[in-house]
Formats: sequence, structure tokens, C-alpha cells
Amino acid sequence: MTSRVRLGGQILAVGVVAALLGLLVWKVAKGDDNSVTSSLAEGRTAAAPDFTLAKLDGDGELALESLRGKAVVLNFWASWCGPCKDETPLLQRSWKRWQDRGVVFVGVDVKDFRGDARSFLRRFGVTYPNVYDGKGSTVGRYGVTGFPETYFIDARGRVVYRIAGPVDEASELDEGIERALAAA
Amino acid sequence: MFLKHKVVLALAALALASPAFASEQHPTAAELESELVCPICDSTLDTSNAEIARRMKAFIRVRIAAGDTKSEIKGKLVDQFGQGVLAVPPRQGFDWLAWLLPLAGIGVATVAVGSLAWGWSRSRSPAETAEEPALDPDVERRLDRELDRFE
Repeated sequence: MTSRVRLGGQILAVGVVAALLGLLVWKVAKGDDNSVTSSLAEGRTAAAPDFTLAKLDGDGELALESLRGKAVVLNFWASWCGPCKDETPLLQRSWKRWQDRGVVFVGVDVKDFRGDARSFLRRFGVTYPNVYDGKGSTVGRYGVTGFPETYFIDARGRVVYRIAGPVDEASELDEGIERALAAA
Repeated sequence: MFLKHKVVLALAALALASPAFASEQHPTAAELESELVCPICDSTLDTSNAEIARRMKAFIRVRIAAGDTKSEIKGKLVDQFGQGVLAVPPRQGFDWLAWLLPLAGIGVATVAVGSLAWGWSRSRSPAETAEEPALDPDVERRLDRELDRFE
């Protein structure tokens, strides 16, 4: 009886160790969640993680995949984020300049109150589409490290450039857009 | 006598239930802030000074003033930010695992330690007694003589 208990304990211990080892191997094989950010840091492009989220500025949803064939400027923001207030007018002006050239701007409002986000868009007169991601489901997949953060996606759906932090100059946006257009 | 027990039990149940009922119907901002998490800093609202945490605290005060129950306020915040804003997982569906697994772990550990201790004591006692060397006959005789002197 005692030897059976001991054997059972040993099997349990080996099982737990094997499970932990399996988890470790799975995590290493799966790689870092911030694959987009790490790929860009290594000078490579990365497939833009797809999402379908509810629009903030109208009814229905927007799927990133539906924008395939166009260059996309994807801006992660929140109404409570101070630097987002500074860069939003610049984004809106750039959108006006680029919208007739096959470039789409999309805002992703993250971890925010919907009402606050809508007020923010009205306050800054934003007319490009914005989606709501209150739970922050896109943050980990893109590797967003803070707000605001902007990703540039080419027509094939590859992220080619990223600006971490607020965009201060229109030329910074132009550079990212030109890279996205050139890559297509 | 039986009726008296019932009354005592009912009063005890009432005494335990009424604070929980009052908390559900008329929650305070302090208790809600300790039960909800700031979505960007992963600490409870009462310990966070992040902008979104301040915004959530203001929302809680507005909803309390509007007469919302604790569940309603939590539900509205979960609707906006997801289950991650709850400091403790709800006791429903898959989230039950978060409550049951630690209890199961404690149970398994108790059984394992108990079994090992029981097995260890059982395997050790007979062996020890069996291996005790018998006294040398001369020593035993001397010991008896010495003991006799004290009688």
C-alpha cells in the first residue's frame, strides 16, 4: 500500500514537471506576442494581425481585412491619453491630404469609455474611421507598448513601419505612408 | 425547543445576509474601487492614480448617485473593458476554475503529505523495533543487580 502511494506520488510529480516543461516549450515555440514590433525591430515586415471591431463613429463593424489593397495608417489611441490629444489634429490633417491617394486612416480606441471616445472624436473633428477595442484585444497582438502608437500597413496587409509615441510632424506620417505605398 | 433553534438560525442568517444585501443595493465607492482593476496598470482602482482609473472612479460615483446596484455598476464596466476589470473572477462558468483549482491544490497537497507521513511512520516503526540489539547477558545481569540495590 505504502509503495503504491509512493509510486503514485512519484508519477504525479513527474506529470507536473512534464506539464510545466510542455508549457515552457509551447511558450518558446509560440514566440513573443509582440511579433509585429519585434519583426520591425529586426528590420522585417510582419503580417498585420486581423481584427473586426465595432465602429465608434457609426453603425456596424470594420474588419481590417476589408482594407486589403490599400495602404492603412493604424493609430492606437485613448481619450484619457494626453499625447493623443496633441497628435490627433495632425492625423486628421494628414488623412485629408492622403485620402484620395488610396490611403486609409483607422483609429483604434483602446481601454476607454465609448462615450469619452465619441466626445474626443467630435471635439477634434475626426472624420476617418475609428473602432472601439475596450478590452484591448489588439494591443498584445500588435505589441503596442503605449499610447499613442501608429502602424503603417501596405496593400498586402504587411506592417512595414511603426511610430511609438506621438507623431509630432506630418513628415513622420508621410514617411510611413510612403513606405507602405512603396512596399505594395 | 426546536422552534427556538429555527428562530436563532434564521436570525443568524439574516445577520449575515443583511450587510451583503446592503452592499449590493447601496455600494460605496471605496468598496467598488477595491474590487475593480485599472485596465492599463493592473492594480485596483483605489491604489491607482492613472488617468483612466480616475475616470473610472468618477463613473462609479455617478452611477452610485444614480442608484445603480453594485452588480449593475460592475456589469457596465465589464461591458466597456471586459472581465479583466474585476479584481476577483466571477463565480460562474469557466471562471469557477479560478476558485476551485486552489482548493483542489490544497486538498491534493494535504492528502499527499498525509499519505507520505502515514507511510513513513508505518515503514519506520517496525523496522526500528526489529533492529534494536538485544542486551548482552552479562550486561543485563549487572543491570538487574544495580536495579535491585535501589529497591
